Amino acid sequence: MALKERDEFSGQLTTGHEWNGIKELNTPVPKLLWAFLITMALFGLVWTVLMPSWPGINGYFRGLLGADQHQAVQQTLAEANAERAVWADRLATEDLAALQADEAIMNVVRSAGPALFVDNCAACHGPSATGNVGYPNIAEAPMMWGSDPDTVAETIRVGINANHPETRFAQMLAFGKDQMLAGEEISQLADYLVSISAGPALPEDQRLAANDLFLNNCAGCHGEDAAGMVESGAPNLTDTFWTYAGDRSTIRQSIYNGRQGTMPAWEGRLSTAQIRMLALYVLDLRTATP
Amino acid sequence: MRVYTPLEVAGRNIYLREGCYACHSQMIRTLRDEVDRYGPYSLAVESSYDHPQLWGSKRTGPDLARLGNKYSDAWHVTHMNNPRDVVPESVMPAYRWLLRDQLKTEDLGDHLRAMRAVGVPYTDEQIQFAAQDAYGQANPDSPEASGVAERYGEATNIRTFDGRTGPLTDMDALVAYLQMLGTLTDVAHTSETAEVE
Repeated sequence: MALKERDEFSGQLTTGHEWNGIKELNTPVPKLLWAFLITMALFGLVWTVLMPSWPGINGYFRGLLGADQHQAVQQTLAEANAERAVWADRLATEDLAALQADEAIMNVVRSAGPALFVDNCAACHGPSATGNVGYPNIAEAPMMWGSDPDTVAETIRVGINANHPETRFAQMLAFGKDQMLAGEEISQLADYLVSISAGPALPEDQRLAANDLFLNNCAGCHGEDAAGMVESGAPNLTDTFWTYAGDRSTIRQSIYNGRQGTMPAWEGRLSTAQIRMLALYVLDLRTATP
Repeated sequence: MRVYTPLEVAGRNIYLREGCYACHSQMIRTLRDEVDRYGPYSLAVESSYDHPQLWGSKRTGPDLARLGNKYSDAWHVTHMNNPRDVVPESVMPAYRWLLRDQLKTEDLGDHLRAMRAVGVPYTDEQIQFAAQDAYGQANPDSPEASGVAERYGEATNIRTFDGRTGPLTDMDALVAYLQMLGTLTDVAHTSETAEVE
């Protein structure tokens, strides 16, 4: 056992060993570091007593302070709802047509509506509600199920061809695939539809023949004038808005295979106030669009 | 809480294979803005049949924990095939092969058996009919479809997920999985404090 020896340059003790003439300093851990380590360890112990920590067989130790993130978020949500109640309660209960004329409510709709729309509706209808292939333009085109505020709110609530028990149901038959119309007849109808929406007009004999086909097969849902019927959710075929594009080949495809678009039901995911806000927001977009 | 159907298990495996978890989380945190946007915060019980859990921690895309039935099947198919077709500003990659590739179903029974080995309560019958149930869930008019509702409950989505009947594609499985997310139990909706009891 070598004697403890003080290094003459640093003034620290050495470890007392010597390796080929090299000695090693035995510098103590700084007191500040000790203090830090001990404080942190004590803090850790105290924290496990104050906060939820140790797992057990039938649950976990809740901590003396009773901190609970679930309760905390419930509370902030309750506070948020209380703040919103000023207008949310009115949105949920009052007559929508009257609310449309209420500038204070419409200002709320215009400021909160876009976020709600972008998060829920824009994926299909696009951020400015002008639609996409397969998803109707709801900012400009005539609404297939009607465009008064209560009808729009109801469409949002129950969806179209969705899994809601009261969902709106609309199915265009597969006239070609299910052999209700021959290929030639479908072509005639496609030409006819192109002509009545975009023009130019067909020769009179061709128009009359196609019109006959239309009355026998399509008018039941789309109406005799092809202007659509809100009762059946069938779109207007005489305007320039097309859910699935209005070129001849897409129209042929639609008649051949039928169409059955789905709009999800939003009841349960969105609150009544949110659904009614979206209805007002969309209708407001429509009035703002020239 | 119901277990995953074989088709959803297959979809979940595709979700893992394609690395969806790298950009999408499945965990709604206990924060006001998250609950406002995505719905009730996630509960531990909702992940109890997940091996491994797919909570994730990175959100290049949105959280998917309550995605089920939020959008239509057709939207998911279009979006997966090329996200820019429906969301022009999207940075998600296109997964075009999902519509092309046939889904392998003959080993689904083994997948269920493996899940049972780690604690998911699949019955012998569910394991035996796994491949048949996978077919039935995506072919609502086929005779195989009735068994799916029988074994997994009436609330199970039975639809032509990729828009076509007949043989299954990877798209069928993945859309079936996505349309189920957050719908296996409604405990998060009905009782906000259920997990404390």
